[in-house]
Amino acid sequence: MERRVVITGMGTVNPVGNSVGETWAALCAGKSGIGPITKFDTGPLATKIAGEVKNFDPLRYVEKKELRRLDDFIVYALACADMAVQDSGLAIDAGNAERVGTIVGSGIGGIKTIEKEHTVLEQSGPRRLSPFTIPAVLPNLAAGQISIRYGAKGPISCPVTACAAGTSAIGMSFRLIKDGYADAMITGGIEAAISPFGIAGFNAMRALSTRNDEPEKASRPFDRNRDGFVMGEGGGILILEELCRARRRGARIYAEVCGYGCTADAYHMAAPPPGHEGAARSMEIALQSCGMEPAAVGYINAHGTATLLNDVYETQAVKRVFGEHSRRLAVSSTKSMTGHLLGGAGGLEAIVAVKVLCDGIVPPTINLDDPDEGCDLDYVAHRAKKMTVEAALSNTFGFGGVNAVLVFRKYRDHGGNA
Amino acid sequence: MSIEEKVIEIIVEQLDVTREECVPEASFIEDLGADSLDLVELIMAMEENFGIEISDEELQKIRTIQDAINYIKKKKGLAS
Repeated sequence: MERRVVITGMGTVNPVGNSVGETWAALCAGKSGIGPITKFDTGPLATKIAGEVKNFDPLRYVEKKELRRLDDFIVYALACADMAVQDSGLAIDAGNAERVGTIVGSGIGGIKTIEKEHTVLEQSGPRRLSPFTIPAVLPNLAAGQISIRYGAKGPISCPVTACAAGTSAIGMSFRLIKDGYADAMITGGIEAAISPFGIAGFNAMRALSTRNDEPEKASRPFDRNRDGFVMGEGGGILILEELCRARRRGARIYAEVCGYGCTADAYHMAAPPPGHEGAARSMEIALQSCGMEPAAVGYINAHGTATLLNDVYETQAVKRVFGEHSRRLAVSSTKSMTGHLLGGAGGLEAIVAVKVLCDGIVPPTINLDDPDEGCDLDYVAHRAKKMTVEAALSNTFGFGGVNAVLVFRKYRDHGGNA
Repeated sequence: MSIEEKVIEIIVEQLDVTREECVPEASFIEDLGADSLDLVELIMAMEENFGIEISDEELQKIRTIQDAINYIKKKKGLAS
């Protein structure tokens, strides 16, 4: 019997909210989470704005002693996981622990700890380096700390697929459950790379917006006057569960994860190729993997970074996959409000796609005043719209030529052989 | 502040334990819940506070609060 996979819990920390409820309200209201960087002096950096996590109290999720030793990306991950596990009511005990796994992706890991401890190394020498440096830096320690906290002894991993990491994680988790290797997964993506090194590194690639005077208008996906992405931080974690298990315990089911596609561009370390055929194939494979007709899809949460190349090429890829139906799709980039959470994006944006299915509201692409040439889909400019959506895609593409796409559909009790 | 008081202050801060738990015979690992990395960090804090250097071989011998106090006193030339 084919195993189906459903979502029973969600948690997020991101620039527009520190819970799913707060986030969803902000996104539907078209509220920007972008502002001047407050957590360090931006000095000579070309970019002085970002989507910082705000009003977040880490002590709600980790003890004081623990906090000193964890990089922010791990603290955010523990917060998201805590919300998701509580939301799902998933109880992990000796009887099921080996069937519950953890896959949380991160593009960069503990970059802030690297910077801090490297300064210690330079200024005070190797003997002053914290013994907690390495466990705070390793990207897989988000998943590791979560598994330790909840006693989840099933499969564990951490895709480090840049801006697709969260989607890769959820896709891998989906397949592990579907193929019988696990019954539940704590999964998503997380990032905390707003630091001098993180900003300077992406600035050196000329990838970031420098619209420092108008932070809330800086992230402008599909707009003619876009000038790069705005970095965000945080992410999202979901509880994926095998359908029969979820039903047996009477869990609330948000939606079904039904397809995943992943391809490589094999083209360039950072740039997508014209037409972005890798992205198109990724969407096609995701749809084929669950036997879904393109016409069944109503919404795409776009990668939509607001870089010059992505937005035009992603539009081309959507048109290739959906043909005439692309005119009827709603395609929005919530990065216009949250900024780009890098490895955290896939986690947060999966939650957005699920909320669209649950609530029948599509959040907008804000700042889209003048769509660029070649950007002619319905990007839901400025204002959210009501729309019943049966199936939704979440697109994420990463440096290194990674394309990862998830398909979600409304959960229906009678939908198949569960 | 005496060396004893300072050592206990550092332990309370680093290991997130109470002053009451910090009896001289308390073992860092068995009684105060420290792991090997906690211990390294604790020793680093002591090195910094007392301006001394503690080698890894010596670190192995420091198991209790009293061990630490004795060691620091010895290093500072204050041993009785």
